[in-house]
Amino acid sequence: MNEFLHMFSFHFMQRALLVGGLISLCAALLGVSLVLKRYSMIGDGLSHVGFGALAIASALHVAPLAVAIPVVVVTAVLLLRLSQNSRIKGDAMIAIISSSALAIGVICVSVTTGMNTEVSSYMFGSILSLSRSDAILSALLLFVLFYPRLFAVTFDETFSKATGTRTELYNTLLAVLTAITVVLGMRMMGALLISSLIIFPALSAMRVCRSFKSVVLCAAGLSLLCFTVGTIASYLLDTPAGASIVAANLLAFCACCLIGKK
Amino acid sequence: MAILTCKDLCFAYDGSTVLEGVNFSLNAGNYLCVVGENGSGKSTLMKGLLGLKSPDRGSIAFGEGLKSTEIGYLPQQTQLQRDFPASVREVVLSGCLNSLGRRLHYNDEDKKRALFNMERMGIEDLADKSYQALSGGQQQRVLLARALCATKKLLLLDEPVTGLDPIATGEMYNLIKLVNLCDNITVIMVSHDIHAAARYATHILHLGQKQLFFGTSAQYRESALARRFLGGNRI
Repeated sequence: MNEFLHMFSFHFMQRALLVGGLISLCAALLGVSLVLKRYSMIGDGLSHVGFGALAIASALHVAPLAVAIPVVVVTAVLLLRLSQNSRIKGDAMIAIISSSALAIGVICVSVTTGMNTEVSSYMFGSILSLSRSDAILSALLLFVLFYPRLFAVTFDETFSKATGTRTELYNTLLAVLTAITVVLGMRMMGALLISSLIIFPALSAMRVCRSFKSVVLCAAGLSLLCFTVGTIASYLLDTPAGASIVAANLLAFCACCLIGKK
Repeated sequence: MAILTCKDLCFAYDGSTVLEGVNFSLNAGNYLCVVGENGSGKSTLMKGLLGLKSPDRGSIAFGEGLKSTEIGYLPQQTQLQRDFPASVREVVLSGCLNSLGRRLHYNDEDKKRALFNMERMGIEDLADKSYQALSGGQQQRVLLARALCATKKLLLLDEPVTGLDPIATGEMYNLIKLVNLCDNITVIMVSHDIHAAARYATHILHLGQKQLFFGTSAQYRESALARRFLGGNRI
């Protein structure tokens, strides 16, 4: 118990819990729309692109986020566009882009710095490298402000478009918010695990809730809970933070499946 | 004055024409059924009327102060929507999207309109039920209520009875006719069901990559085209 309380006295832990909590919340909210629009894999693809961008930035000795955020935002917008128009189907396109970006990143790393702790933290995440909470807060705010429109665009894009909603604008908004969340979140979760933060809470919530609002609220709550449990477990058991959070999410998903079956 | 006038409309995909020579106009309160075989250009015309596809030639003009964003549209259902977690109230309320304007969230007036339209469709008891748990007929009524939230003047229905059992189909047709007669809402319906079309609609538009027929249902019944389309049987 003492050790448990002691954990919160560290400044880095307080910051990690605050920023990480915001990222989890954001990922869960966006995840509901992405999963329902059948874009689950976009988070995964974007995180690999993010890794590539971060690796190149660290090789060139420039600020990592200044490179990664624009690159990933552009990729996200492109992916959403392509999955609608292109001859190559969306999922295949994501696989091509994400594995190429990962390959470029790995080559770049091995040629220059080699596999150091900084690069490894991009791969598997580190709770210590969390920073920006302002970007995440604005992402959350945008989601809440445009909630009715995002619902309509998610549920029925054609209807929304026919009634004069600029669906491309909201799809782009969704893509940009996802990109920002993925880039900031992958420093905590790692490129390999960030997509679970987007997909798991939405899927778990959809097992037990039946209305959009309750799914959104439930996903947000679950995501926060799993993040907190995962982080604490990682501190107490000395396991990697990202992996512990995913494990907590997996447990929550199994629990929701059992509840939903009844 | 006509609520909708199409003049010499022509649509093409990648340069090849899929529909041409469409000329017709509708007055408020008309009930138009668009019939034709698969690939005859029905869906393309729908997209054109909704402003989702711009015509290559010709013009679409709305009258009586109707804007193209004030059309109540009932699309064909997609698999995606069938398992979408949403309550009936949420779906119907999303029909008020075009009256949001610069507002960010729905106000009491929007909510009242959603409730009124749920009552009209007889689904107010289902308001808090999950959309995915409803029967096909109930789901279509929810979507019709949503379409009614979006319009006061013109409904566009894309094969609204596909996949419904005979009873639900009959109920759907009656509801549409009721809205058409009681509220003087103009209806344009794409349908395969030519018999129902001739019975409920006031006007028929028969397409086959061009306009083959436009006129009242009575005229259509007498036409040679209708007899050929129905395989020699008169309706």
